[in-house]
Amino acid sequence: MSGSLLSFTRLRAQFVKEILSILRDPRSRMVVFVPPILQLLVFAFAATLEVRNVDIAVYNQDAGRWSHELVQRLNSARFITHVRRVDSQRQLHELIDRGEVIAALAIPVDFSRTIAAGGSGSAQVLVDGRRSNSGQITVAYLSTIAAEVGAAVVPGAQAPNPVVVRHWFNPNLVYRWFIVPGLTGILALFSALLITSLSIARERELGTFDQLLVSPTSTPEIIISKSLPALAIGTLLGLFMISAGVFLFGIPFTGSFGLLLASLVLFILSVVGIGLMISAVSATQQQAILGAFAVGVPAVLMSGFATPVENMPVALQWMAQAIPLTHFLVIVEGTFLKTMPAADILANLWPLAVIALATLTLATLLVRSRLQ
Amino acid sequence: MSPQPASDTSRQHGDAAAVVLDNVGKRFGEVHALRGLSATIRYGRLTGLVGPDGAGKTTLMRIMTGLLVPNAGSVTLAGFDVVKDNDAIHVASGYMPQRFGLYEDLSVMENMRLYAQLRGMDAERNADLFAELLDFTRLGPFTTRLAGKLSGGMKQKLGLACALMARPKVLLLDEPGVGVDPVSRQDLWRMVQALTDEGMAVVWSTAYLDEAERCESVLLLNQGKLLFDGPPQELTAQLEGRSFRLENVGAERRAVLTEALDLPSVSDGVIQGAGVRVVLRAGAGTEQIQSLADQAQVELAPVPARFEDAFIDLLGGGPGGTSTLAERLPPVELGSDIAVSCRNLTKRFGAFTATDSVSFEVHKGEIFGLLGPNGAGKSTTFKMLCGLLKPTAGEAHVVGLDLRHATGAAKSRLGYMAQKFSLYGLLSVRQNLEFSAGVYELEGNTRRERIEEMIATFDLGDWLSATPDSLPLGHKQRLALACSLMHRPPVLFLDEPTSGVDPITRREFWTHINGLARKGVTIMVTTHFMDEAEYCDRVAMLSRARLIALDTPDALKRMAVSPQRPDPTMEDAFIHLVESTEREAEAAA
Repeated sequence: MSGSLLSFTRLRAQFVKEILSILRDPRSRMVVFVPPILQLLVFAFAATLEVRNVDIAVYNQDAGRWSHELVQRLNSARFITHVRRVDSQRQLHELIDRGEVIAALAIPVDFSRTIAAGGSGSAQVLVDGRRSNSGQITVAYLSTIAAEVGAAVVPGAQAPNPVVVRHWFNPNLVYRWFIVPGLTGILALFSALLITSLSIARERELGTFDQLLVSPTSTPEIIISKSLPALAIGTLLGLFMISAGVFLFGIPFTGSFGLLLASLVLFILSVVGIGLMISAVSATQQQAILGAFAVGVPAVLMSGFATPVENMPVALQWMAQAIPLTHFLVIVEGTFLKTMPAADILANLWPLAVIALATLTLATLLVRSRLQ
Repeated sequence: MSPQPASDTSRQHGDAAAVVLDNVGKRFGEVHALRGLSATIRYGRLTGLVGPDGAGKTTLMRIMTGLLVPNAGSVTLAGFDVVKDNDAIHVASGYMPQRFGLYEDLSVMENMRLYAQLRGMDAERNADLFAELLDFTRLGPFTTRLAGKLSGGMKQKLGLACALMARPKVLLLDEPGVGVDPVSRQDLWRMVQALTDEGMAVVWSTAYLDEAERCESVLLLNQGKLLFDGPPQELTAQLEGRSFRLENVGAERRAVLTEALDLPSVSDGVIQGAGVRVVLRAGAGTEQIQSLADQAQVELAPVPARFEDAFIDLLGGGPGGTSTLAERLPPVELGSDIAVSCRNLTKRFGAFTATDSVSFEVHKGEIFGLLGPNGAGKSTTFKMLCGLLKPTAGEAHVVGLDLRHATGAAKSRLGYMAQKFSLYGLLSVRQNLEFSAGVYELEGNTRRERIEEMIATFDLGDWLSATPDSLPLGHKQRLALACSLMHRPPVLFLDEPTSGVDPITRREFWTHINGLARKGVTIMVTTHFMDEAEYCDRVAMLSRARLIALDTPDALKRMAVSPQRPDPTMEDAFIHLVESTEREAEAAA
């Protein structure tokens, strides 16, 4: 009986202890419940890659009809808050230097005249290179407006831009549709990572870990009992985020819920393994938290959430394959917007299973090796 | 020559007041750390601030150095009010906190320079002072060593050197004896003696009551209240004629102690080697104890009173002698007479040998002590015996089972109580009990009965939904003991079970342990309380990773007998043994 590797009585006692330790500890409760809600609000409403509420400077040297038309269109563009009219090239530069405008348009004296003569008018665009990303998007917006003016020049003629861009899966390019599903993975990652990385370190600080090690309980039991609460909480958080995506933000959920749930569970299991490894080597809770962030933040950056995995050097691309979040992001984004077929999900599911198996085994070995 | 303010001004202070405490009170939330404390600490004297953990010693020290503001009353140090003249206090006082306050990644010299600079002194121009301090603390050969790599005793000396840097008038030392081996502790006493001779006021706080006897004056604190203020001899004098020893009781000493403690005329009693030491209640006659001595056919001899006797007497006497716990326990059945054994047990961490080829056997029902200073390998040996560490070489058996192979089975036969009572602070008392029962696979009725039994035995009924941290220390210790005994192990491991615990709680604890031993439970205990080793049947003394002696406490003490020391204490015995083994090692080399 006592020699067995797994005992239900022992497991139950430890599971109850773990759950109570998390729920009765105000700090653990904070770690578990507050950041998800805060991040949901911050990411969903504040963090956006769209360009909005910017100012544009215009130095219009032309008094003609077409420059007037162009400025009118800028005035009515929704992404621009103010169009700042200036009277010299110097003022234009100053506004950009001081960061008051993100881009400036200089319209030459002969702009309308050239167009009236049948030529193509050209205007100079200056962009603040310090904000390169937003700047590029602004330039794209400005080109669209310029193209529209061009279309008005020759009414009835062919539109100057024959290419019509159609964005699949997210036709209006709503940024939240992209970010909220990704957040599901990131939040579940950090909660599971923090809960598990604190769990052994906390016991080590209290001295109860020695108490546990001298009891007949086995290492697999310790790992299981410490995995289950994190698994339960991580899964619930993931589901909470998914339902927030569907019901609060109205993101189309087109794929299979069952497969997504299975992926979520496997994803969290693999994270739990990483968390327990961190915990096994940490002497204090402080070390454990630092460890969790030292692992968690690069994992998010390399997972493809912020930048595409394909843009990274080949070596890092390989490393990215070992990060559970990389695979889970593909699945969760695919399930939300793309109706990803089961075969494609499975292609990302088996790496998750392999990672989970590897991390949990390593965690068990690490806990056991601490006995040496 | 001490580096102290050997200035004439301080010498003139003579018996003048260095610190005046007037009705000092300090609250932390609902907790009264100090209550209405009034006393005077004088120059040129060593004043002991004595009391168990949580008595308010550190709080009082921090108030005296101006680090805490009292809620009530006032404190003047060297004529300055600690609240109003806070800046002056920092100049007039030197404070050595419990945790050294050293930068472990700096060398000895760099630490001293840093402290000099913090005091606004130019290290280069104070070369003389540095040399003097290094000579005084005998740290001269170690100036380039990192503070983190020093032994406990050397850290304390470096801390002392840093605290002395500014030539304070009042030196406050917070538990300087903790984590220091007896040999280094002698050194510290010597240094402090030199400082008081120069006219400095030195306050030495301690939880060891035997240290109190070495102080010229004592402030005895308990639960934030001042119990006694004066020379320790004055207090022990009140106990004159009330302390006795039943000599050479031998194997029956635990039974005799139980009977003695249950006598109405006896207020306190402990085991001392083969004898039993008792303190009678005030005004009580010797008839009852004499008849007990006659019954056991042993001699009853009067002995000098100790400071600890007086402390327990002030608190109204120790607990009774009968362990309700042991009464309920069935006698232990073991296949063999050997409960724990180890052979050539060795543990190396890299190049460092923590335990070097230790062998011994522990008999069933024996109380076996592992004794030694920090870093002697006591803890490593203990951890290998209970399966927390794997030996590099050699083997350890518990109830005949090898811990490396039959782990689960062996582990379910041992109980373990860690230092500082490792309980789950976030779980309630009942949840802690439930957890221990579950992890040792108790189920159904047995589980319910055992838990109820522990609650009844240890009187935990009123505290079931409280968290362990909110329990009084004594109850906390009872809970830890209850958790480790839930599965009725035949072998119980106790790692420094009573460090920082007040003497009454310690008495109660040993009452249970004695009761368990009488039922045949084997007890393995580590301790750095030298007098606690007296409770053991046999003591293994470790020094520098090796077993230097293994015998009964009386036999160990006999080895240290000399004309100057006819009746040596365990501490004397320890110092003697360490020094003689080192001499032998030198002779061999």
